[in-house]
Amino acid sequence: MKSWRAIAVAALTATVPALLAGEIPPEARRSGYSFMGPDTRAMQDDDTSNPGVLFVLDGQALWGKKTGSAEKSCADCHGDARSSMKGAAARYPAFDKALGRPVTLDQRINLCRGNHQQATPLPYESRDLLALSAFVAHQSRGVPITAGDDPQVKPFIEQGRDLFMQREGQLNLACANCHDDNFDKRLAGAPITQGQPTGYPLYRLEWQTLGSLERRLRSCMTGVRAQAYDYGSPELVALELYLMSRGRGLPIETPAVRP
Amino acid sequence: MAALINVPSKAKRGEIIEIRTLTSHIMETGFRHTADGKLVPRDIITSFTCRYNGAEIFRADLFPAIAANPYLSFFTVAKESGKFEFEWIGDNGYSSTASASIIVE
Repeated sequence: MKSWRAIAVAALTATVPALLAGEIPPEARRSGYSFMGPDTRAMQDDDTSNPGVLFVLDGQALWGKKTGSAEKSCADCHGDARSSMKGAAARYPAFDKALGRPVTLDQRINLCRGNHQQATPLPYESRDLLALSAFVAHQSRGVPITAGDDPQVKPFIEQGRDLFMQREGQLNLACANCHDDNFDKRLAGAPITQGQPTGYPLYRLEWQTLGSLERRLRSCMTGVRAQAYDYGSPELVALELYLMSRGRGLPIETPAVRP
Repeated sequence: MAALINVPSKAKRGEIIEIRTLTSHIMETGFRHTADGKLVPRDIITSFTCRYNGAEIFRADLFPAIAANPYLSFFTVAKESGKFEFEWIGDNGYSSTASASIIVE
């Protein structure tokens, strides 16, 4: 009897080697959109009532504006963002050869500013950086996430997965305890989502502004009474990368609206 | 500042139409403090006006309790083809305008 069970378990794990216990299978992955009420959905769906679009418009203006001592705009190299940036956000965080590690879209924008525009980097969560990354990510609206397919980023995804599964903070909770094991339930009246990173940077009504995935991760960490990692830290980038690979195939919604 | 205006491009004479406006503004209440205890000065939009071919058809006063990026929607009767002009006025000399046109048949 015992050996039968062992064989059954071995057969089950052999068919799905990539998933750990509790991980969400690809066909069950759902965007945070599906957890929202009809009012918030309507707000996201209508581009004239979605406040995230205001940032996209600001980003569009910045895209064409010359900056830095090189006096170059994003458009001078990348041309029309509608074609050149389509699908870019679905691939980020992506591996940077020179740095030897993955970089987020925000970091890529700042690398471009430093290397090609000879401009100072924009601070994390600053309006201009959020506007630019919202504008770039908006070009990928509807494109399925493929980040993490590059074999070079595999170790970083592993690191992110470990962080996702690791309990932390005074409440001793891992990301997985809510977002893998208990989504669709409620936490103090609010629905627990799967934590799929489909719409970043997104407009949170609670923040009253646009925010990055890193801001969201940091608020979750503060929520479990843990010390949040710094913006741009390797840990946050690894977590971001794991989340994107975990949401593989879901379409980008930027700019999403969330409660 | 960026603004999003939703006015139907065409309407029948006498039809009741909805106008929706969304504008970019931080709407800082003036009640919050920084981490080192300093008061963040108030910075809000205080007034919104909509004119239809020059005549004022809607006005609103805004207050600190209104959320960032104020969204206002209201109704009017489509009388004649022309232009809607929108104006937001606020603290520190803030002023922003937008417009939209309509064809009334």
